[in-house]
Amino acid sequence: MIRALHRWPGLQALALVGLLSLSGAALSVFPAAERLSAPQAASDLTVGTLAERIQGAYPGVEQIRRAPSGRITAYWFDQGTPGAAVIDPATGQGVASADPNATERWLTDLHRSLFLGDGGRIAMAGGALAMLMLTLSGAALVARRQGGWRYWFARSRGALAGRVHVEIARMAVFGLALSSATALWMTASTFGLVPDGGAMPAFPSEVSGQTGVALSKLEGLDTLPVSSLRDLSFPYAGDETDVFTLTTDRGTGYLDQGTGQMLAWADLGGWERVSETIYMLHTGQGAATLGLVLGLLALSVPVLGATGSIVWLAARRSRPRLRGNVPASRAETIVLVGSEGGSTWGFAATLHAALTEAGQSVHVGPMSGFAPARYAQARRIILLAATYGDGAAPSSAKGFLDRLASAGPAGSVPLAVLGFGDRSFPDYCAFAGDVAEAAARQGWDILLPLDTVDRQSPQDFARWGRALGAAMGIELHLSHHPVQPATQALTLVSRRDYGAEVQAPTAILRFALPRASLWQRLTGTGFVRFRAGDLIGILPEGSPVARFYSLASARRDGFVEIVVKKHPGGLCSGQLTALEPGDSVPAFLRRNPGFRAGRGRTPLILIGAGTGIGPLAGIVRGNARRRPVHLFFGMRHPDSDFLYHDDLPDWQADGRLARLHTAVSRTTRPRYVQDALRSEAGQVAELIRNGARVMVCGGRDMAAGVAEALGDILAPAGLSPAMLKAEGRYVEDVY
Amino acid sequence: MKSLLATLALTTALTVPGLASARPVTLTTTMANYGGPGAYLALYVTDSSGAYVGSLWMAGGKSRYYEHLRDWYRATGGDTAHINGITGASVGSGRTLEISLDLSDALFDAGYTLHIDAAAEDMRDSPNEVAVPLTKAGAGTPVPGRRYIASFTYAM
Repeated sequence: MIRALHRWPGLQALALVGLLSLSGAALSVFPAAERLSAPQAASDLTVGTLAERIQGAYPGVEQIRRAPSGRITAYWFDQGTPGAAVIDPATGQGVASADPNATERWLTDLHRSLFLGDGGRIAMAGGALAMLMLTLSGAALVARRQGGWRYWFARSRGALAGRVHVEIARMAVFGLALSSATALWMTASTFGLVPDGGAMPAFPSEVSGQTGVALSKLEGLDTLPVSSLRDLSFPYAGDETDVFTLTTDRGTGYLDQGTGQMLAWADLGGWERVSETIYMLHTGQGAATLGLVLGLLALSVPVLGATGSIVWLAARRSRPRLRGNVPASRAETIVLVGSEGGSTWGFAATLHAALTEAGQSVHVGPMSGFAPARYAQARRIILLAATYGDGAAPSSAKGFLDRLASAGPAGSVPLAVLGFGDRSFPDYCAFAGDVAEAAARQGWDILLPLDTVDRQSPQDFARWGRALGAAMGIELHLSHHPVQPATQALTLVSRRDYGAEVQAPTAILRFALPRASLWQRLTGTGFVRFRAGDLIGILPEGSPVARFYSLASARRDGFVEIVVKKHPGGLCSGQLTALEPGDSVPAFLRRNPGFRAGRGRTPLILIGAGTGIGPLAGIVRGNARRRPVHLFFGMRHPDSDFLYHDDLPDWQADGRLARLHTAVSRTTRPRYVQDALRSEAGQVAELIRNGARVMVCGGRDMAAGVAEALGDILAPAGLSPAMLKAEGRYVEDVY
Repeated sequence: MKSLLATLALTTALTVPGLASARPVTLTTTMANYGGPGAYLALYVTDSSGAYVGSLWMAGGKSRYYEHLRDWYRATGGDTAHINGITGASVGSGRTLEISLDLSDALFDAGYTLHIDAAAEDMRDSPNEVAVPLTKAGAGTPVPGRRYIASFTYAM
């Protein structure tokens, strides 16, 4: 929602906001230049003395003005010809032309109205409003991305374009918010929407009728410092009913031209003061340094526009294009997608295309946006749901079950659920099952019984499509060609083999970092940016379905490392463990944001067995800040499958690893990693009570055993693994 | 005649459409190339004693700037009731403003003076930019302004 509030004003008003900021930046130079070039008055100079000096030099003086920069301008009439000059207050003589600067004039007109008068002013105010919305929504997005407002200035992470965008924006946002908010006020003031009109005193009904008072006799002018002067207008020559009009920073008054008496006075109103301050803050007139700073910050807008566009384009490219996606309120068929890595979106795109071709109006969106009240024309809802981890909602379906529950009783629209998963996992399509069950419990009509697609099988999908077509009374042929993510060839650099003696042949494979293109660098796609715990997908020969492995290295290590155990008959693991240095495999990167060590200095408890040590070893290797890390590692036999046993002592010696606890299962007294945990129960409970974070990586059975052991260990302290999970302090990567 | 004038002054409407005693008058104001943004102009009439009688035209739509038309503002207190229905756009540098009005015959050769106050943003205020006596003989004769107005003519 906030992202949409940021994206649309950003894209729609990019040109306008860019023009506003560039012209504003150019304009910011003028007040500073004026401030530097204007001869300044001595601090003890009074308006009376200044006026006398000017009158001495220009007897026909009619008006004296002082700009906020301190520049004093006099206007006079000499034998019927008007004249004007910038005045040196020390002499009263003109030193420079008072003609307005044509460039500044032109820029000002462009900046506030595009040379289009009131219509242009409104358009530019729209630009300022877009900018204000961008700064506010952008600030919320920065806070979210950084993990909270207090991390505002913390190091930003992510792809280059996004990082540059955030790093510039979090500095510039203050200036841009000030400039755009003050711009809106000034527009409102110009259109009379703010009650800040000039407070002129009532013109005196009677004047002395005399003329020719000496300027030094004008009431108050002998003590009024020049710095307080705004304007002194002389009476019209030959009109004895006229008066002196004096405007200072406090108000406006009339002075008699015969007696010098103050005849009337009106103080500056509160609204006027506010408007004047806002004018100063926006233009820098009277605050030249602030103006320059704001101008400099405004220069960031074109950069923000460019990097923001790249971020948006990269996000758009990562999803399949849907041609003619109908808005949810007008579509007859609503297709909602729950996808973690993106492959289910591909199926949704195929379904969308086939239904559209069959003349249906179809809307495709994420399950997390489920809003049945908006589906005014809907005749069916189809949910395509993958599963994340052991039965959890995938990222694009976060919050779906809550939305379903709070949506109240089901309407008359029937619903179909299709699950996507991998039969080799115990929780096959568990989330899809939960969804179907919840829908049935809420009383939704069932369009089709729950069906599943195993390992992205096009056959499963086509079969389900025929059933859907029959239910809808149309011919529906779904021919899905899985779109493979763009892969890059990874070339093996070295391998270390373990475990052959204990019937668990395992290899640590290290690949060279592939070269990144400029687009990849800007958008952070490919192997430009990854951390230990992220995943790589590998496409084995003979199967279109990728297999995923946890990364045991980070980008800054300079190589891509994974740990692979050869499974009997395993297609991908067989091919990987047969690789020799110089061989290569096609691979792509997938981020795994749910499995991160997080920031801070709180201790880490890393628990893994077998190949599960891979990402944990990567985290230890990357622990340059010497955060206390306690590693629990389960293996079969220390002489055979003690992965990373060359590295661990070094890491321990230089402080990257605080404690190492091992558990060995192929001995006379077999011990598993959960047993090692139990024997360190006191220390583990103490660490967790003090805020430690737990990361578990490995097989499903091990993870279950670890959770049980931790449950026992934490129970006396009134804690449980579920509570830690809810706080985000207990994360698992289980396979 | 006097009562009619009094009425005019009260209602501030110096134009009398449809009356036999009125005649169509064209006021042509040609601006000088003063090189600034559009100027605000107030056209108004004073009587032989210099007292404000009424307004003929206001060029410039934003009342917050009227205070810079200093004489007009002082005479009217900035009350926009004086210019209801006789307001138009400001006049740019080098442009010409042409207004046609039905003016009362009684305004001519009776000591009345037509004034124009002018002002432009960030430039000096120019009250009494033009002051021309309203006479039948003077009709059609261009009069120069002081700073912003190159020439002003009223023609019958």
